[in-house]
Order: sequence, then C-alpha cells, then structure tokens
Amino acid sequence: MKTAPRYLNRIWAGFWYLILSFFAVALALPLVWLVSTSLKTGGQTFLMPPKWIPDPIVWTNYPDAFRAVAFHEYFWNTARIVFFATAGTLLTASLAAYAFARLRFPLREPLFLLVLSTIMLPSIVTLIPTFIVFRTLRWIDTFLPLIVPLWFGGGAFNIFLFRQFFMTIPLELDEAARIDGASNFRIYWVVILPLSQPVLATIAVFSFIHHWNDFFQPLVYLQSPENWTMAIGLLGFRDLYSTQWNLMMAASTAMILPLLVLFFFAQRYFVSGIQMSGLAGR
Amino acid sequence: MQTLVTSWRRRQRNLLWTECRDGYLFILPWLLGFLIFTVGPMLASLYISFTRWEIVTPSVWVGHAQYAKLFSDDRFWLSLYNTSYYVFIGVPLHLFMALLAALAVNMNLRGIHLYRTAYYVPSLTPVVANSILWIWIFHPEWGLANAFLEWIGLGGLYWLQDPRLAKPALIIMSFWSIGGQMVILLAGLKGIPVTLYEAASIDGANWWGRFWRITLPLLTPALFFNLIIAIIGAFQVFTQAFIMTDGGPNYATLFYLLYLYRSAFENFRMGYASAMAWVLFVIVLVFTIVQFRLSDRWVFYEGDLRQ
Repeated sequence: MKTAPRYLNRIWAGFWYLILSFFAVALALPLVWLVSTSLKTGGQTFLMPPKWIPDPIVWTNYPDAFRAVAFHEYFWNTARIVFFATAGTLLTASLAAYAFARLRFPLREPLFLLVLSTIMLPSIVTLIPTFIVFRTLRWIDTFLPLIVPLWFGGGAFNIFLFRQFFMTIPLELDEAARIDGASNFRIYWVVILPLSQPVLATIAVFSFIHHWNDFFQPLVYLQSPENWTMAIGLLGFRDLYSTQWNLMMAASTAMILPLLVLFFFAQRYFVSGIQMSGLAGR
Repeated sequence: MQTLVTSWRRRQRNLLWTECRDGYLFILPWLLGFLIFTVGPMLASLYISFTRWEIVTPSVWVGHAQYAKLFSDDRFWLSLYNTSYYVFIGVPLHLFMALLAALAVNMNLRGIHLYRTAYYVPSLTPVVANSILWIWIFHPEWGLANAFLEWIGLGGLYWLQDPRLAKPALIIMSFWSIGGQMVILLAGLKGIPVTLYEAASIDGANWWGRFWRITLPLLTPALFFNLIIAIIGAFQVFTQAFIMTDGGPNYATLFYLLYLYRSAFENFRMGYASAMAWVLFVIVLVFTIVQFRLSDRWVFYEGDLRQ
C-alpha cells in the first residue's frame, strides 16, 4: 500500500477536524441556547438577533422556577419511582436471564424466542386493558402502575442483555459450586451476580434514564399534582408560565442536568451497554 | 455396585428435576408478567375493540362496527398519513445521518472521543425538556431557527404554525438526537475485524471500495436492528406532538398515537381506541415481518457467506 506524504495526512486531518467541529457546534447550539436563555432577564429573551451571553446573568431564575411549582416534590416522586422500578428490573430480569443462560429446562428456546419477540411489540396494544385493570384495583393516581409491572420480568430487552453477559461467564464456576452443594439460587446470588457488576450497573443506568424521561405512562396514570413526576411537572409548569421562556429554560435545564451528571460519572457503563445492544444486531 | 449405580442415576435424575424446577421458578416473574401484562391485555383489547364501551356505561358487543367506523373516519386516515410521513421520511433520514455521524466519529483522530461525546449528549435530553426547548427554538419571532435563517439572509418561517412545515420541523428536531443510533452503529463499526481492511488494502482496494465491500455489508445487521426498532418507535410518536403542537396546526401533526390517546382518555371511547390499537399492531407486525423477509436480500450475517 502506498503511504501518502505526511503533510498530506495533516491536511486531511485538518479537513476532518473542521467538518467534525462544524457539526459538533451545530449540535451544541440548542444546549447553549437553552442554558443561555435560562440565565437571561425576561426582556432579554425577546431580542433579535439573540444575545448569546446574558447580561446581566440572572442566576435567580433557577430558584424562581423551583418556587413557582413544587419541583422538589416532583423530584422526590420521580426518584422513588426510578428506585423501585429499577430494583424490580434488576432482580427479575437477571433471574429470568440466569435461567435462560445457564439452566436446562423444557421449552427453554421457544420461551426465549417469546421474550425476544416482545421487544418488538408496540406497547400501545396492551395499554387500554392494563389501564382498566389498574383502575379496577384503584391504583390510578398511585405509583404502582409505574413500578409493579417492572417486578415481572423487568423488560424483555434487559433479559436479553443480562443473558448476553451471563453467557460469557464460564460454566465451570456453576459446576464447582454445585459440587459443593450450592442450590441454583445460591449460585445465582453468590457466584453470578457478584461477577455481573458491569451489566447490573449498565442496566441500572439505562433504567434510570428511561424512568426519568418517561412521559406517556405518568401522563396516563398520575393525575393529582402532588403525584406528578418531573416530566409531567415540567409540562404543568409550561401551562402556567408559557411566555416566561427564561424560567421554562431554567426548569428544563434542571431536568436535563442530573442526566448529564450521570452520563459523565457512569460513562463506561453507557459504552458497555451500547456495545451489548450492538450485539443485538448480530 | 448395583445399588451405587442406581443411587447415582437417581441423584442425576434429581439434579435434572431440580434444574428444570428452578428454571421455571426463575423465569416465573417474567412468565407471569408476560401472561398478565402482555397476553391477557392483548386478548382483552381485541375483545374490547368489538364492543362499545365508555368505561362508566356497561360494554355492548357491536361486532366489527368499531372497525367499520374507523375505516370511514377521515381523521383516522389523516393520523395514519401523518404518522407514515414521520416514519417513512423521518426514520430513513435519521438513520442515514446517524450512519454518517458514526463513520465520522469512528475515524482514528486524536481527541475523537470528545466529538463522540458532543454528538451523543443531545440524545440524552428527556423528550419533555426537548419539546419545550424546541418550541422556543422554533418560536417565529424570537427563536434560534429563524435567527439563523435571517443571519444567512433568508426570511423567517412559521415552523410550528404552518401546516406544511410542522411535520418537517419535528423531523428536523429529531436529527438533534441521532446520538443514540450513532453509538449503536459505532459499536457495530468497532466490531468489524481490522484484518479485513488490511487484506483489502493489500489487494489494492481504495477507501470507497473498502467502505462499499466491507464496512457497509458488515454493518447491515446493526443497521437492520436500528431500522426495526426506529420504525416501531416512530409509529408511536406522541410526546412532541402532544406538547409542541397539540396535533395542530389544522391537524397536521395529529399522529396515530395522539388520536388514540384522545379517543381513549379524553373521549373515553375504549372500543374505538382498542380497535385503533389493534390496527396499529397489525400494521407494525406486517412491517416487521416484511422487513425480516426482505432482510435476506440485504442483511449480511457473518458465518453465512453466500456464494
């Protein structure tokens, strides 16, 4: 293979950096615009062409937005839903995945195919009867409809991810423990789960994001404002302050910020989760 | 000796029995969930779709009347058209941009991970915050989109107020979050063995040849997976239209799920909404099956090298 002269390589690299940077700036602009607006005075939001750096910088937009509606309550509600839904997901999805990956039982393969096929099921087809069942149980306007289903398998895709990971653990470990008289549950709990911290963390992170961002389910199931999640609360805020763009952007930033913090601290779990879901295409 | 063998056999059978019992015990939560939250509700919604039911009144069996009403409802067809527009124009464009982005951030350049982060982060924003941000960006007087158009010397547009522009505006907005698909495709690119490229280079293949004969074929499984998931997701587009346009202007963004939601939870027409849900299910199912059938022609799995 011919190698290009070094200066030519440099020019190419420069060209690519230019293109990459152009798109990076284009994608960053909405976020910059969001934060910039959130720090402006009301009057400064209505300027054309827009001012990118607010003058003065109004930090008090944030406490103002938080005082305007009960965001601390929404935050607390969302945190509880996220916690209990994630716990159920981790436990029941990993249990099922352990069986699918490491135990032999009749109909294992067809049942796992069933798991995979539900990934492609549009959730809307089950919505109305599920709503009616929860209504009969008097669970509407409680967190239970958002939590309890996750304790029954925790989502097909998560079972798939757990199984992918469990299959990489050598079977000899199970056999050694079995010879020592350990039950299957004990093997799952003492041998497999401690070795599975990366996949547990990955699924916890993605479950957090899913429930933090979820809009449709809370919209259907939560009614009174004291039960709202952040997502519904933000919408309620919009209905009250629809012309105060600086406050709305401050509230939106407050909802995005925890995700960014999570991303920067748990980046490697994002990467591993994505690599594993990339496997789904194989 | 004889007793030893039988006891060993018995023990072996016991172990197998235990494994089988535990297997079913471990998948029991999922199995119950599958019956309670998937199979049961699916059958129930099929039944409800053959009734008239407003929740407070008892349900009345009406046969296929809901479906007949559905197929003669102009608004149903409009919502199906709007959704198809979003699916068949938005999803391919979105996937194409994600592919370009994945190829770009797969380059071997110093500091490339910073670009990866920059391209990925917008896709993390919750759809509600996203929608509120983009109402502001598309604001006809003070928004960023029109500020940009004026900056390059063009006039501003009524993005979300013009029925012709509302759907394209939502598609443009979706480009902002290509990051999610980009990273899955990137993982696919990383999975392509370097040796293939080396062999191709020795054979004298240029950049385009390597892309066309190695990268793209080996990426087709990831592209296929993304396409399926994206199409199923896009058929259920809801939040943007619910928050940003409320289905307007002039029903231009009345998407299928929005119309279903209104039928069920604002008008309490449970039979009608269930019929809609089943029609959507059948549409999505047919599309998924067709795509799997067609995938033989363009998706390339390692290990089944065709002659």
